[in-house]
Amino acid sequence: MRYLPKSPADRQTMLRDIGAKSIDDLFAPIPPEYRLGRDLDVPRQMAESEIVDWFRQRSGENGSEFTSFLGAGAYCHYRPVIIDSLISRGEFLTAYTPYQAEVSQGTLQAIFEFQTMISELTGMEAANASMYDGSTATTEAVLMAMRLTGRRRVVVARSVHPEYREVLSTYAYPQSIPIREIAFDQHGRINPSELESAITPETACLLIQSPNFFGTIEDVAAIAEITRRRGVLLVVSIAEAVSLGIVEPPRQADVVALEAQSLGVPLGFGGPYCGVIATREQYVRQMPGRLVGQTIDRNGKRGFVLTLATREQHIRREKATSNICTNQALVALMASIFMTVYGKVGLRELAKQNLAKAAYACQQFSKCAKILFAPAPRFNEFVVQTKEDPHVVNSRLLGHKIIGGFPLKKFFPELGNAALWCCTETVTRSAIDTAVGMLAESEADEPATEAEEVAL
Amino acid sequence: MKRMTRKATRHVSQNEGLIFEKSSPGKAAWRLPPLDVPEANPASLLGQAEREDLGNMPEVSEVEIIRHFTRLSTWNYAIDLGMYPLGSCTMKYNPRVNEAVNRLEGVANVHPYQPEKISQGALAIMKTLSECLIEITGMDAITLQPAAGAHGELTGLLLVRAFLESKGRPRQKILIPDSAHGTNPATAATVGYAVENLKSNSAGMVDVAALAAQMNEEVAALMLTNPNTLGIFEKEIHTIADILHSKGGLLYMDGANMNALVAKVRPGDFGVDLMHLNLHKTFSTPHGGGGPGSGPVAVKRALEPFLPRPVIVTKANGTLGFDYDRPQAVGRVRAFYGNFGMFTRALAYIMANGPDGLRQTTEDAVLNANYIRKGLQGAYDLPYPTASMHEVVFSDKLQAKKGVRTMDLAKRLIDYGFHPYTTAFPLIVAGALMIEPTESESKEELDLFIEAMRSIAEEVEEDPTAVREAPHSTRVSRLDEVAAARKPVLRWKKASNS
Amino acid sequence: MSYPAELKYTKEHEWIKPDGDLAAIGITDYAQQALGDIVFVELPKVGSEIMAGKSFGSVESVKAVSDLYAPASGKVTEVNQELATAPEKINHDANRTWMIRVELKNPAELNTLMSVSDYERFIQEEGGH
Repeated sequence: MRYLPKSPADRQTMLRDIGAKSIDDLFAPIPPEYRLGRDLDVPRQMAESEIVDWFRQRSGENGSEFTSFLGAGAYCHYRPVIIDSLISRGEFLTAYTPYQAEVSQGTLQAIFEFQTMISELTGMEAANASMYDGSTATTEAVLMAMRLTGRRRVVVARSVHPEYREVLSTYAYPQSIPIREIAFDQHGRINPSELESAITPETACLLIQSPNFFGTIEDVAAIAEITRRRGVLLVVSIAEAVSLGIVEPPRQADVVALEAQSLGVPLGFGGPYCGVIATREQYVRQMPGRLVGQTIDRNGKRGFVLTLATREQHIRREKATSNICTNQALVALMASIFMTVYGKVGLRELAKQNLAKAAYACQQFSKCAKILFAPAPRFNEFVVQTKEDPHVVNSRLLGHKIIGGFPLKKFFPELGNAALWCCTETVTRSAIDTAVGMLAESEADEPATEAEEVAL
Repeated sequence: MKRMTRKATRHVSQNEGLIFEKSSPGKAAWRLPPLDVPEANPASLLGQAEREDLGNMPEVSEVEIIRHFTRLSTWNYAIDLGMYPLGSCTMKYNPRVNEAVNRLEGVANVHPYQPEKISQGALAIMKTLSECLIEITGMDAITLQPAAGAHGELTGLLLVRAFLESKGRPRQKILIPDSAHGTNPATAATVGYAVENLKSNSAGMVDVAALAAQMNEEVAALMLTNPNTLGIFEKEIHTIADILHSKGGLLYMDGANMNALVAKVRPGDFGVDLMHLNLHKTFSTPHGGGGPGSGPVAVKRALEPFLPRPVIVTKANGTLGFDYDRPQAVGRVRAFYGNFGMFTRALAYIMANGPDGLRQTTEDAVLNANYIRKGLQGAYDLPYPTASMHEVVFSDKLQAKKGVRTMDLAKRLIDYGFHPYTTAFPLIVAGALMIEPTESESKEELDLFIEAMRSIAEEVEEDPTAVREAPHSTRVSRLDEVAAARKPVLRWKKASNS
Repeated sequence: MSYPAELKYTKEHEWIKPDGDLAAIGITDYAQQALGDIVFVELPKVGSEIMAGKSFGSVESVKAVSDLYAPASGKVTEVNQELATAPEKINHDANRTWMIRVELKNPAELNTLMSVSDYERFIQEEGGH
């Protein structure tokens, strides 16, 4: 086996030194009746070339030559080449969690820079070293708000990503945390009067997403005015981090839960991604997840350490802020490199291109279909309502190497034949024109139909 | 250093500030293509929501970024540099073909919501890995959704809860041995269970009589790591399972130490009802400086209906797809389907090994641990003489007499060119030195490690202060963790820099 | 290490200094030394009730957290604000660094606590283990 650095003679010598007759002696603690007396039924040992071939075939089956209009929590932005060059360095790739600070300063400083950049980007005072993904970061942010307030009820906007809401419900269920959902209005945004009536003295927090699942930017300042007046915390989830290049961050929020996938992390069929929680300094001790802090060594030299660890499971065990025992260090590093490449000016320009593409697409689509929630400001996503079922539209687009918008019927049946379209900077004008053209054809001459064969 | 170390010497360690300190207006590492649609007017499109300023985000050039992160990287220890003997962390070699296949265009760039018709390759990777892991664990079904080991534990206890609820009520308690990882009690609390501690016996195993006495119909499950955190196989595992089952409870296995078992014995064959795996431990996906991990949960048939949504199914037409119609599912524990990038790597690892390679891997991992145990016996106290599997736990009892504790010994190991072992865990051993070499170490590297550890033990006798003040060869010496925690500085700020 | 005679002590190493119906509460020199450098103290709010034998807060070092147990029941009248920014005061002078002041509910509870000589004997035994 090519990963094992021992010759048969080495093994014999070692066994002899240990005083064992054979390797079986070392497995004696396992009662014989449970031992597996056969080979595992897994693929036979393969050559590297065979492995690469197998995955190439799978890769081919995934059809990578498509232009995609999918967003909905996973965004296709260009990834600068140096991201993979740098994260492939063995010292980053194959290092463990930086518990031993003296031999982990590289990882620690990189995380400190990540925390700084996320704080700047989100307009918050402090950020953690990252969480699993946006959905779990959002859920943990809500649990954090419950600890901060000592209250147990949560109000959630229905315009939060449906899978994020599902994760929250999954965590909430065993602890019997009541969740009250509030609807969106005709602009796809939170209805302030419904929000007012949903909040009770037992409410810990309000959870919103902005830009929300429909791509609409919430009026965070107005919502924060309500939450502050009513004494509940405001948790803002952000799934499209690139939006922060041009959209005002939710500075009025108490906790921000961000999915940083947009910042240089491959789509990778949904993971690994990179969640992160940012908050006010005063709330840091209730924040879950790892934190890196700056300090000095014995000679007064600047250095970095994992800090405030007493919040975590390995010390506080069942009283910990979370059971989380990892961050997404390598993925956070991708995000750090991405943010460094684009920087203060580039992030704005990048976001501006997204804004322009989506604005153009919206305008084109509006000629042949209905753009829902149109008057509200949006970033790079918008909802198109058609007469025809979007699955049918998408089936046709696939033939032209285009992946159409995400059909919303599964999550929002009330919106009818609606799909969520996303235009990042990677989508070309000609792809937009082709998609619009094909939609226009069918919208002009076809009545509303249900999908005969649903492509999803 | 008084002693010569055969492994490490000094190397270039360049000074490097924070990236923000290199920033100045006008430098850039980006260029966007010309816009092929009309320019957007942010003020009119966004109004009040337009952002004016990006604060202190850096402005630097590409070569500076490459040098910055490359210099930082040289300050890290890594498996690529040498042995990483962290107990219970299974720091094994991370094969590069895993990285290569994960970066194939059609693997790296698949959108999670793209139509199943053009996701068959991704689904096949998940399906094949699932089948391999089910076979390796001897279980009946699996979810790949959990993003890490602790997330797998959470998923597992949600499954326990849902299963018991379907039988009447979720019960109140989870039993956890005193040798367990901190994630176990933290997870139990997250899932709304009270934690009851289970004492180990003098051999370092579950006290079966005590378990029988503590077991009752309020106990939902026992969370057991096997081999446990002392590296000891729980010999009476089936009796343990029987005790739980007789009162309607479940046996949850924390698979952190699965590297001791793969291809030799299957948890499903010794009474385990459900367990999580750590793909970043047993199945060679890189730790990446603290993540991402992946924590699939394998279960017996009775628990299958409760697995998180969606599950992979083969459809009538032979294609693969996701089934969301799972009325008894616990819900979902994260968006999308899990850390897919780890699935490709784990599967590539399994393929590179095959059944014979996986068995040899396990045998070598156990051989290495026992070789170290033999090599260090006498120099360090071995609190539990019970046979070791893939890791061995010593204590600092002999060195403590000179005022040198496990953390000091660990820090001194750095000067010898090794990463420290796991210190002060498990909690049932005062001053623990928890050592797991994995299969990835050659005899030569193990000999160097043993030599280093024995040399440190001698240094403790001759010059304990030098050991207490170690490391002496790193760019920074021991850091002031007290100051860091009292006045946390969690980000760079312009003002503090002037 | 010193233990003032005017204080009463608990087995969890808190002291209480009665002053009529009021009392100040802190941790002992023994406790601060066992904990090491204290980095954070979590204390209840003024006006909250504490119960004898129950946790009223916690004290943290870099790698450990210890609950604080109330020597007696009462209502919190004052919290030592200094400790929020200078928890090291406890390390410097545990005997005189009070954490909270309470209005005692039942001053007789104090009779169940240890005197200085009992406490000194207690920590000697405990340290012997």
